[in-house]
Amino acid sequence: MKINVNGKSHTIKVSANPTLLEVLREQLELTGTKYGCGEAACGACKVMLDGTPVPACITPAVSAQGKEITTIEGLEKDGKLHPVQEAFLEEDVFQCAYCASGMIVSAVALLERNANPSRDQIIEAMNGNICRCCTYPQIMEAIDKAKSRKA
Amino acid sequence: MKKQLDENPIFPEQYELFEKKLAGGPITRRSFFKRMGAGIASYIVVSDLLAGPFAESFSEGEDEDTIAAWIHVNEAGKITCYTGKVEVGQNIRTSLAQVVAEELFVQVEDIHFIMGDTLLTPYDRGTFGSLTTPQMAPKLRKAAASVRELLIATAAKEWNIGSTSLQMEQGIVFHPTNGEKLSYAQLANGKKLAQRVNKEVHVVPVEEWKIAGTSVPKVNGKSYITGRHVYVSDLVLPDMQYGKVLRPPYLNAKLKTLDTSEAEKVKGVKVVQEGDFVGVTAPDSTTAKMALAMISAEWERKQQPSRKQLFSHLKENANNQPDKKPNVEEAFAKGAKKVTSSFHVDYIAHSPLEPRAGVAEWNKGELNVWTGTQRPFGVQEELEREFGIAKEKIRVRMPDTGSGYGGKHTGEAGVEAAKLARAIGKPVKVNWTREEEFMWAYCRPAGLIEVRGAVDNNGKLVAWEMFNYNSGGAGLESPYDVPAKHQQFISSDTPLRQGSYRALASTANVFAIESVMNDLALEQGKDPMKFRMEHLSDERLKRVLKETASKFGWEEEKRPNRGFGLACGFVKGGYVATCAEVHVDPDTKELKVLRLVTGFECGAIINPRHLKSQVLGCVLQGLGGALFEAIDFDNGQILNPAFSSYRVPRFKDIPETEVLLVNRPDLPPAGAGEAPIIGVAPAIRNAIQDVTGERINSLPLVPSGKIMT
Repeated sequence: MKINVNGKSHTIKVSANPTLLEVLREQLELTGTKYGCGEAACGACKVMLDGTPVPACITPAVSAQGKEITTIEGLEKDGKLHPVQEAFLEEDVFQCAYCASGMIVSAVALLERNANPSRDQIIEAMNGNICRCCTYPQIMEAIDKAKSRKA
Repeated sequence: MKKQLDENPIFPEQYELFEKKLAGGPITRRSFFKRMGAGIASYIVVSDLLAGPFAESFSEGEDEDTIAAWIHVNEAGKITCYTGKVEVGQNIRTSLAQVVAEELFVQVEDIHFIMGDTLLTPYDRGTFGSLTTPQMAPKLRKAAASVRELLIATAAKEWNIGSTSLQMEQGIVFHPTNGEKLSYAQLANGKKLAQRVNKEVHVVPVEEWKIAGTSVPKVNGKSYITGRHVYVSDLVLPDMQYGKVLRPPYLNAKLKTLDTSEAEKVKGVKVVQEGDFVGVTAPDSTTAKMALAMISAEWERKQQPSRKQLFSHLKENANNQPDKKPNVEEAFAKGAKKVTSSFHVDYIAHSPLEPRAGVAEWNKGELNVWTGTQRPFGVQEELEREFGIAKEKIRVRMPDTGSGYGGKHTGEAGVEAAKLARAIGKPVKVNWTREEEFMWAYCRPAGLIEVRGAVDNNGKLVAWEMFNYNSGGAGLESPYDVPAKHQQFISSDTPLRQGSYRALASTANVFAIESVMNDLALEQGKDPMKFRMEHLSDERLKRVLKETASKFGWEEEKRPNRGFGLACGFVKGGYVATCAEVHVDPDTKELKVLRLVTGFECGAIINPRHLKSQVLGCVLQGLGGALFEAIDFDNGQILNPAFSSYRVPRFKDIPETEVLLVNRPDLPPAGAGEAPIIGVAPAIRNAIQDVTGERINSLPLVPSGKIMT
């Protein structure tokens, strides 16, 4: 089967019905997307399917056929960070950073849908993402920064 | 003849750098430079650390000459620090680099850290107990300054002049008069110099810090926000297989019957059995997961205590009895007002976002393991015991890991990967699932805490007694002045596997102490803040409490249905006070934590932004254990082993937060990853009492989100 990840077409094996997360990490060596819970409850595995953030851990790879998949690795273009990544880097958000990919992908998807979300809208959109180090206030600041740049 | 290093002046040509055998193999001077390449180095031995704070954390008889860290400048001028400490998100890779860069007159980017590698780094007992900053930072600072001395002395020798007038900047030493300069690379070229840290070395005074003391961003920050950083769970070796381990549905179960025939039929799958250890490997994790599910097994379930019986179980199975002290009994008899309370503290899970992961590879009888652990050398010992091979043949590496919070002191996934790898003759990776992490890792201990306190007619605290069953002795001693007191930790039989957790038992003990102090104040109609201040003599704690209360607006008027609460305490050189404002809906009794203000003082601040982040992280992670986190279990079954059933703090739970950092450049820095967690639960508990009058004496306080009466 063929899937399209970060603008490139890949041929993948789907006979064992892998999740999208397993395909990305093991077949395509895109390990930026993380496993955190396996039940879509933590957000560590968020990727975008046609711009919508989805948990790759419960998404069958076959269901992604014909869709444009964007992972954390696809945000940087021509060596230039995505403005949201830029904001997260400048705000020096993270401690262990294992949640970083999922947080950033979720934030990018949010700002693409809504360039100027309110605080409550940000919280609503991000609530599915867990940071066990609890850097939530810093993440909020980074999203605010990215938002104001976009505006 | 071998000479002791510190007897040697500068340029000790005839020394034996590491006389003692080290874990990871005896490192001699020759092998040191063979491993590191030629250059200039300074090192710290364990006895150097023993002189510092927290010396008691070293066990007796620990080899004092064991090398504890070193800094090496190679022939290319590259500066590398080697320490057995590890990075689990505390950002010590950054703060330690700041300290070293400051002394060597270079930038943070010029400092490279090799951490937690049993072959390359010196032995270290582990990264825990807030010890890295108080122990390692000041010593690395001196080691870096010692390297600077060596560089200067080398330059002086080169130019045949005195060393006192030499200046250095950005990795270059300048000749005082003729304009010549020598880079660190030139100075290290062809040298094999190593010297024990000079304890009397001049270090850059804190007031002159340019790099240390500033908010340098996380080292390698870009690799994390681009998904490029390789955590152990991401690691792939050539021909590596994915491993899964068969788990019983209950704790402490014994394997009764096993049928692996279906799993074995799957192409590429290998089944491994060694006693009760059963695992599978496959070329990909999808197949491994499927093969594991195809194994049928029956387990013998053992009767064991459930959460319902937890606190009576802890008391009935105590290993000693509480001692009654006559002087304390006498003081209680004279007390005018008394408070007697029992506190229940549930088990909670660390649930680091990266579950345990291990990769193992055997090569001609030698074992390589990569695993996310706070104790790589401890894991090396686990592997030594498991496989009966010499430590020198085992190398454990710890890439910067997806957090620990005290929960990754062990190496289960690494051991399992090594077992499977040995059986199938190929490298194996074992990544635990979230459910495995909840069921088979260890918890923060549950505890039963019994406290009595009494005040006399003048409001003076006269008697104090406290017994902690099972959760631990850390933070057991009350910081308040009282003439007659007794406190005791009583170990017991724990139904669940338990171990370290951020701040250990301080969270539980401070919860009990700060609750009873609050109740005693209210019994007398006194302001809880004033009552505390009257009984504190520790100036650092008093200051942080006073400043926090003032920032919070403790004296200000409260809006309807809102309450204020505060708590304070200290852990391992960190002084903390937390003030909470809560709202309780008068009809639904729903609790909302509106605001948490935390003041923290831990001596000199090395990185303000990262310190603030640690404080906030502690406070907000502490919110989970304070309000709703609890492991639910029934006769050996964990009932909530998932993020969908075990609630942790999320964006919606986060109140308004403020952090007040008190900088004390005159005091040595202490760690910050633990202390700030201790005030959260009691401050919220006391704020709830302020609105409702309810004394909630259990953690979590409000698992349903509502104040139950």
